[in-house]
Amino acid sequence: MKNYIKFVAIAALGLVACEPEFDKSVEDGDFYSSGEANFAKYVAVGNSLTAGYADGALYRQGQKNSFPNLLAQQLEFVGGGEFNQPLTNDNLGGLTLNGQAIASNRLTLSLVNGNPSPTPIEGQPTTEISNTQTGPFNNMGVPGAKSFHLLANGYGNLAGVSAGQANPYFVRFRSSENASVIEDAVAQNPTFFSLWIGNNDVLSYATSGGVGENQLGNLDPTTYGSNDITDPNVFASVYAQEVEALMASASAGVLLNIPNVTDTPFFTTVPFAPLTPALLGDQLPVLNATFAQLNQAFAFLGVPERAIQFNSDGPSGVLIQDESIPNISAQLAQVLQAGGLDAATANLYAQQFGQVRQSNENDLLVLTSSAVIGSLNESHLGVLMGLGVPREAAAQLAVNGVTYPLQDQYVLIPTEQEDIANATAAFNATIAGIASSKGLALVDVNAILNEVADGGVSFDGGLITSTFATGGAFSLDGVHLTPRGNAFIANQIILSLKETYGSDIPMLNVGDYNGGPAIGE
Amino acid sequence: MKRKLLSLTVFLFAVSLTFAGGYRISTQGQRALAMGHTGVAVVNSAELAFFNPAGLVYLENKLNISAGVTAVNANVKWQNSMTGQFSETEKIWKTPFYFNASYAVTDFLSVGVSVTTPYGSSVEWPTDWAGSHLINDIELTAFYIQPLISLKLSEYFSIGGGPIYVTGGVNFNRNLNRNLTDEQGNRSNVEVDASDVSKWGWSASWMFNPTDNLRIGFNYRSEIILDAENGEATFSNVPDSPLAPVENGTVGFNASLPMPAELTIGLSYEFADKWLFAFDYNRAYWGVYEDLTINFTPEDIPTSRNPRNYKNASTYRFGLQYEALDKLTLRAGYYYDESPVQSGYFAPETPRNDSSGFTGGLSYQITEKLAIDASIAYLRFDEVDESYDHYQENGQEVPFGGTYKSNAILAGLGVTFKL
Repeated sequence: MKNYIKFVAIAALGLVACEPEFDKSVEDGDFYSSGEANFAKYVAVGNSLTAGYADGALYRQGQKNSFPNLLAQQLEFVGGGEFNQPLTNDNLGGLTLNGQAIASNRLTLSLVNGNPSPTPIEGQPTTEISNTQTGPFNNMGVPGAKSFHLLANGYGNLAGVSAGQANPYFVRFRSSENASVIEDAVAQNPTFFSLWIGNNDVLSYATSGGVGENQLGNLDPTTYGSNDITDPNVFASVYAQEVEALMASASAGVLLNIPNVTDTPFFTTVPFAPLTPALLGDQLPVLNATFAQLNQAFAFLGVPERAIQFNSDGPSGVLIQDESIPNISAQLAQVLQAGGLDAATANLYAQQFGQVRQSNENDLLVLTSSAVIGSLNESHLGVLMGLGVPREAAAQLAVNGVTYPLQDQYVLIPTEQEDIANATAAFNATIAGIASSKGLALVDVNAILNEVADGGVSFDGGLITSTFATGGAFSLDGVHLTPRGNAFIANQIILSLKETYGSDIPMLNVGDYNGGPAIGE
Repeated sequence: MKRKLLSLTVFLFAVSLTFAGGYRISTQGQRALAMGHTGVAVVNSAELAFFNPAGLVYLENKLNISAGVTAVNANVKWQNSMTGQFSETEKIWKTPFYFNASYAVTDFLSVGVSVTTPYGSSVEWPTDWAGSHLINDIELTAFYIQPLISLKLSEYFSIGGGPIYVTGGVNFNRNLNRNLTDEQGNRSNVEVDASDVSKWGWSASWMFNPTDNLRIGFNYRSEIILDAENGEATFSNVPDSPLAPVENGTVGFNASLPMPAELTIGLSYEFADKWLFAFDYNRAYWGVYEDLTINFTPEDIPTSRNPRNYKNASTYRFGLQYEALDKLTLRAGYYYDESPVQSGYFAPETPRNDSSGFTGGLSYQITEKLAIDASIAYLRFDEVDESYDHYQENGQEVPFGGTYKSNAILAGLGVTFKL
């Protein structure tokens, strides 16, 4: 028996020796090279884009495909260590606080009345934010975080969540109640870091249709509302502090700049003129006849450009509330009354159309407007009926975008777009300046996503474009990246590391990562 | 009882494996394998039933049986230096077998039977590896059962042959595409399975002995195309959505898999009393394998077309035998095996480039009637940069490639019985 075992052992050794071997294996430590950088400990700092948020939620598969996690896989070839992420509990994506849902489940494309529509996936979310996980975590991406939030102590304090003082996503994995994101990142002594922050400093203003304020000139971020644009000087100051803090231990890092919001499908999917003759049907001549009276009044008041006219041979713009034009309700009421309308009707029209125009090619309708355009606005219907308007007449005046203007949150008008563009440019100038002065790698996401939006970039399976749902870059929320989009960004980082640090790191095969929309029942 | 045991043995060894070009496996006799798998002109044992049935009639004994099993371990490694991805096939041992027998009915007529597994494949990559949209694993088995006759026309010339009954099955698993997953992130997958597929073919051969020392042999086995009808294809981990390309569950499918025709011509020459040299030339008509087309029964599931575009390929075999002692015979051999796989069609399901086989072995005569045959072989493949360029995604061909390095080790044991 002993001899037999010996024989088997020798035979096994012989066979192991017979394994095929590459002349040069990618598994050998020296196949690739880290260049001048040390990737032993990578910490990623940022917002939802760093966290792997997608399809309107943070869920496991999205996190596994976060660009930092994908990058970390490739860094393993050049000395990179383990990369821990604060994984959520499920693939649904919702959050609960003491059992109450506080964030909805991720979107999947489902058939609604025969049309594919983004719909939250069914199921009871199980990620309870008060179950704080024990770190440290290499992925310090916190969905919703703005530039100055990363420095805020107590940003992960459960007690502050309901008051909006703390971030539920950070509550899940902060080291202590009073910790800041940057402190938790720095405490890990990273040798290498990525920082992608500042998107929400303009994005929340943009996705909310510009309902917030541009805080240009206000240097106190504690006074900002959640949908405001951050002052560029505030951004520059906190950004510099953050980079400084991370570089206490890290000798290498990569900074990612802020894309133009107009390159994302959230702002480019709904056309500025979504009302087709087919959509309006036989209501079209009725509407035009009704608005003719109003248009005469606009002409009389010297604002003929506000005339409302629906085309019978092509699509037309929707009615939008434009707070950048003068409110002429008072004058309008008088003119309409002089034209023969009774006082009540004249006042009603004047209130409704006093600061309204049709959308044009310079306006951006947000993705969420597609769900409301052409539908009855119940709350406005209620208001009108409360004023004594009969139900039928009230209903005719409460069709979103057709007779009742889309409110501010659904439209980015040119002045709002300009504020966003100016702030984005200022942030990016700061980021480029710091990258250059600190010798850090820079990924110009702004330029790259411009390219994606402008015709697309190719990969082995076709093109990556910014088309909603099918373009491959953006997930169903229209803002956050798909796994393929994340892989593409990770590759851009790898390229920038080569340029800055001479690192030779293998690239991800972008086609291996899903760019298709998540689909559901 | 004996019959029962035999069928049990057949059942146990109902597994096989690829190496050599395509999915041809050269393990049909230990004596032949030890000599580079030559044998079309070697009159030595019942192994002739497979290699050249015409020669059976020149065997000295009334009853001849050769049976054996070969343990085969084939390994493939793959890597892509652009992406750093790497993988290797599971280390699985397979045990193809052979059973060859002949009986001399008269001086000029022998009958025989050959049961072998000349075609087969067993490749198992780690599930969800980088090439999983092409293959996760495959298990292909084909039994060749050949009843044979061998007819001596003169001391110089004989003919042989007979029908071939093939029965086999295939199990093949791959992911639906490069990235579709279900709601939990599990890769969407399809497994096709067909068993008990059978078909008839034929073989014909001759042997010519111009001198006492020289024999020349010829053998031909016909092409046999296994038509898998009513196989089962099982889709799993597909997202539960009307927008998904297919539904989870099992559907029927039809597919055809060719066992190509093989022609062998060769010679053996005895010299210096105790030595024998053998040379075989094989031509395998792989050109018949143009594509693997899987036609699913439900019409809304698109047909899966996988171009293979194999080419006919040759193998050159050399063997040497030396009767060292009364009871001990030593053998060695070498062969060069051309792959039927053409550049750009290098699919990880049969990742074979040209190879060199180094073989050796011995026979030991235990009694006058019974000998033990042992053989070993090592197959060496050059490292190769290759790709499969005909996988389609949204109507676009997406290559899958990298560097492949393979080898295979075989160790066989058999018995030769003469009465």
